[in-house]
Amino acid sequence: MVIIDGGGANIASLRFALQRLGQAAELTTDPDRIRAAERVILPGVGAARAAMQGLAATGLDRLIPELTQPVLGICLGLQLLGAASDEDDSVCLGIFPGRARRLPGGPELSVPHMGWNRLHQRRPSPLFADIDEGAHFYFVHSYALPVDEFTTGSCDYGVEFAAVVERGNFMATQFHPERSGTAGARLLANFLAL
Amino acid sequence: MGDILELAARYRDEGADELVFYDITASPDGRSVDRGWINRVAELLDIPFCVAGGIRSVADAEEVLNYGADKISINSPALARPALIGELAERFGTQCVVVGIDSREEENGEYRVYQYTGDPDKTRHSGRLTVDWVREVQSRGAGEIVLNCMNQDGVRRGYDIRQLTRVREVCTVPLIASGGAGEAAHFAAVFREARVDGALAASVFHSGAIHIGDLKQYLRDAGVEIRA
Repeated sequence: MVIIDGGGANIASLRFALQRLGQAAELTTDPDRIRAAERVILPGVGAARAAMQGLAATGLDRLIPELTQPVLGICLGLQLLGAASDEDDSVCLGIFPGRARRLPGGPELSVPHMGWNRLHQRRPSPLFADIDEGAHFYFVHSYALPVDEFTTGSCDYGVEFAAVVERGNFMATQFHPERSGTAGARLLANFLAL
Repeated sequence: MGDILELAARYRDEGADELVFYDITASPDGRSVDRGWINRVAELLDIPFCVAGGIRSVADAEEVLNYGADKISINSPALARPALIGELAERFGTQCVVVGIDSREEENGEYRVYQYTGDPDKTRHSGRLTVDWVREVQSRGAGEIVLNCMNQDGVRRGYDIRQLTRVREVCTVPLIASGGAGEAAHFAAVFREARVDGALAASVFHSGAIHIGDLKQYLRDAGVEIRA
């Protein structure tokens, strides 16, 4: 399997998390390696526009929507799979129709939303196998997709937002499974079992 | 090294939500942490962790984050050069940037910021009022504040609820209480009364006086929302 290398510091954590599950992952931007991989993870840290520019520079903005193997977006990776983002008014990959909007925040809800929060499983998903309803996952983000027909898991932070989205072979989590303890490890293992 | 990894694994298994690795001697000596260990910790942990101590530049922070830390915490270097906070936030995002503040209540009732607290001989008053500094670090891009209340530190008589409540009023980013934890009830009190986002403790966990799993069960029973 491969992790699409968009830079960003937390790729190390993701590789280690996969390693703990016995899964080696190659870090690459090579279109051929990505096309041939059994599974693909699209992580992402930073801002939407810069990340999209990074993907466009290597032609991955056209390649990713054509992939047919299981693809997992993480954090910004989820937003990149959406249609667009209010962050720098960026056009994204368009696999999901939603547009990422800035979290509203509030008196006791600082933005970025950073920390452990509950995942509400709205619909059954193989990604949720052996994970309790309401289990906590670790979030770090300022933007989120709204809940829509592709949202299988959601989270409440002043507003209900899409925490897990799924459409065919594409799926994504707004939280960081690699930093979400045993529940996160379980979700990654479930992805590896697809 | 073995001790760090052993402790990290123990706290992970006990259910800690986040770990902070402090080298409190890093700043007064003018030296930096040896950072090779961070990679080993990142390999082991499946929860977020923060590294504090000796981070004085964007390059220092980048090294720490590339080794796999989720956040960096700065204290004395931010007091020495406040622009560092903005530089780090600009480069890595506010979510990475924790500012630690060592604060003491003076005899006149004012809360003041101290620096170089890792070494009693070098510890000195920074010339800043705590509330002013809390406001400033937020405006410069701090994504989280750890307030270490020095009057309470090490005495295990409970968190400084009064000071934390005062700081909470001006702190809109996550606020983490530090200093004074001695028993489970202290944690419940600081969450309920000072409305902090997190509570940090070291000695009571290191000594085994409080088991994190038991503490979390206690807090859940007390009605504090906390990860199972």
